[in-house]
Amino acid sequence: MKLWKTILAAAVLSLAAATSAFAARTDLVIGIPLEPPHLDPTAGAAAAIREVTYANVFEGLTRIGPNSEVLPDLAESWTISDDGKTYTFKLHTGVKFHDGADFSAEDVKFSLDRARAKDSVNAQKQLFAAIDKVEVIDPATVKVTLTHPQGSFLYNMGWGDAVIVSPKSADTNKEKPIGTGPFKFQNWAKGSSITLVKSDNYWGAPVFLDKVEFRIVPDAAAAVPALLSGDIQAFPFFDPDSVSQIKDDPRFKVVVGSTEGETILSINNKKPPFDKLLVRQAISYALDRKAIIDGASAGLGLPIGSHMAPTNKYYVDLTGRYPHDVAKAKELLKEAGLENGFKATLKLPPPSYARLGGEIIASELRDVGIDLQIIPVEWAQWLDQVFTKKDYDLTIVSHTEPNDIDIYSRKDYYFNYDNPTFDKVIADLDLTSDEAKRKELYAQAQKILADDAVVGFLYELPKVGVWDAKLQGLWENAPIPANDLTKVKWTD
Amino acid sequence: MTAYVLKRLIIAALTLVLASMVVFAVMEILPGDPARLMLGMNASADQVELLRNQMGLNAPLVLRYLHWAGGLLSLDFGRSYTYSVPVIELVRERIAVSLPLALIALALSTVIAIPVGVFSASRQGRAGDTLAMGAAQLGVAVPNFWFALMLIYLFAVWLHLVPAGGFPGWGAGIWTALKSLLLPAVALALPQAAILARVARSALIEVLNEDYIRTARAKGLPYRAVLWRHALRNAMIPVLTILGLQFAFLLAGTIIIENVFYLPGLGRLIFQAITQRDLIVVESIVMLLVAAVILINLLVDFSYAIVDPRLRGRQ
Repeated sequence: MKLWKTILAAAVLSLAAATSAFAARTDLVIGIPLEPPHLDPTAGAAAAIREVTYANVFEGLTRIGPNSEVLPDLAESWTISDDGKTYTFKLHTGVKFHDGADFSAEDVKFSLDRARAKDSVNAQKQLFAAIDKVEVIDPATVKVTLTHPQGSFLYNMGWGDAVIVSPKSADTNKEKPIGTGPFKFQNWAKGSSITLVKSDNYWGAPVFLDKVEFRIVPDAAAAVPALLSGDIQAFPFFDPDSVSQIKDDPRFKVVVGSTEGETILSINNKKPPFDKLLVRQAISYALDRKAIIDGASAGLGLPIGSHMAPTNKYYVDLTGRYPHDVAKAKELLKEAGLENGFKATLKLPPPSYARLGGEIIASELRDVGIDLQIIPVEWAQWLDQVFTKKDYDLTIVSHTEPNDIDIYSRKDYYFNYDNPTFDKVIADLDLTSDEAKRKELYAQAQKILADDAVVGFLYELPKVGVWDAKLQGLWENAPIPANDLTKVKWTD
Repeated sequence: MTAYVLKRLIIAALTLVLASMVVFAVMEILPGDPARLMLGMNASADQVELLRNQMGLNAPLVLRYLHWAGGLLSLDFGRSYTYSVPVIELVRERIAVSLPLALIALALSTVIAIPVGVFSASRQGRAGDTLAMGAAQLGVAVPNFWFALMLIYLFAVWLHLVPAGGFPGWGAGIWTALKSLLLPAVALALPQAAILARVARSALIEVLNEDYIRTARAKGLPYRAVLWRHALRNAMIPVLTILGLQFAFLLAGTIIIENVFYLPGLGRLIFQAITQRDLIVVESIVMLLVAAVILINLLVDFSYAIVDPRLRGRQ
């Protein structure tokens, strides 16, 4: 009897030991709403490409951290010359690409030269515009010379579009991405899922997961049962409207963070009567941001008063510049000679923030006498008619690129906004690397846009993530499009 | 008979040529530039132009049509703009999901619909008929995405019998792959079965009122034999017509169900290709589907001849 008990105790103990030793899961299935068109972040703008590959498969000289900070990546350290024009990067050694090729300064030169080449189809070619030449000093040192000092250069090199690729695999990365990251590409079942596995020869801190599958779930209604059944354990970008079905379930964590997506009511600044400052200001007064956030984004998302994310270190709070004031809006319209109101169109792309927000904005503008005709459009149509041909009055869109206030200074951009004072601030910004001065210039830029009421500033698009409560390390915010898995692990 | 077949084939070929022109023209008229879509909002106009050149989008319209149509003739369907792989490869992957799914759904719908139709027709106006047709009415009325979600909650979330969605691929084992097609097949089959059952019932009732049925009964054949052997066979023509239409629909028109179950089927591929302006994919797949529908219609015509011997000798 005693022996029996001992055996039982031993069995229980060994079982407990075994379960705790093997308890931590090392596999993960992540749901993503859109399938990437291909997997080469240096050859396409789709956020979905980065949501699979950034920091996982591909790495750059620097990288962007979860709170938008610039971190060293393949470059271990760097020095900047006094004139701010020369960056000397010290690279990590012993780094290998997934196909076994050694990584060296030659690859950095190749990647940067390729991205800024004349025939480059890099979607963010402007990131490399300031580069004058890239020189290999030795296999572990590379020197980048700029045509002018550029304050944001290290940040720029952290974008997904600036990752380092190998000349051997650069042309096949679309189908079979080869990078230096902690995960290597294993399989892509088109329309269904993309699988990454842990890379054995990774140079950096080891990752916790052995296998990660990105499963494409386009329908928000299908995401909920997929989570509940346990088939998929994380949706880093979840539909805000479906959160109510999950949020009281202790098995899951609902994490609301921010993105770099300034959601705005874009205005065609050259088209009468929107060329009048009074009219644009009247629109700003007519907007009730709280009602828009409640209706279009399930109450999540921070209001903005200019083109800068509230989480950004250069942010200045200008949300009080145009409080919701219908009487004031009507007064301004009267001053502009439009006391009887006018008619205009509002073109809405497919995302729900635009379609839902558009209905609310149309009714808010109707209250001050502006009669909007809503025209729903597809993305392709939006890019063609609104963005390229500038054939629109008003539209709603989220500008998701980080730190992109400079778009207002671009010539021929779809806002049709032209203000030399603003352009000067942006030009100065590009040349300034002193932090205090940059902060001051960014503040000026934000204020000019608010004063000019260039567009109707609405809110910062929220990032709603839902995942298994036992999962740790996924990003709360989305400073750039990414699903960084380097710190993700299962706990008990 | 040969002349008839030849005539049908010529008409089919002409339809294909005409369809290719319409499909190509429609996709060209659609506003939207695939190059701009790929490069996004930050790319300059010059860069977009560069990519357009690389993709061959700047060639004259007629030339591009001829190039594409010529490729189709030699079974070369071109390369996808976005995926940059041959279209035929994409189609092959997707058809490996869509075809089995369509076949299972079709089989299920037939297996359910025919007995229900026969049952209802033989009890016309009685309680069983009313009940069955009421259920069929419900089956037609219930939106299939809702029905699909209910199936998912019951069988995947609650009972854990099947996955909530997705397709592991045939490489994962036949049973595993089939399991993930089961719920979508049921969700697709039931509304189809409801329609088919109603068609079968009314066709059968019409036949049952024919004189030859009375004759068959009068010569002493049991009711059961008359029903299954004589009446059903004669009622098959409208049923087959509907079946042919349903198969064409199931092959590519199942985008909603594919979305709910996130299956990588043909419908979703076309939908995605349209939103991404992957023109060549849309054009080539639509042409393949046109060809499939024409083929199915031909097959349905031939099967009429099998069920109705009178059609066999007709010119």
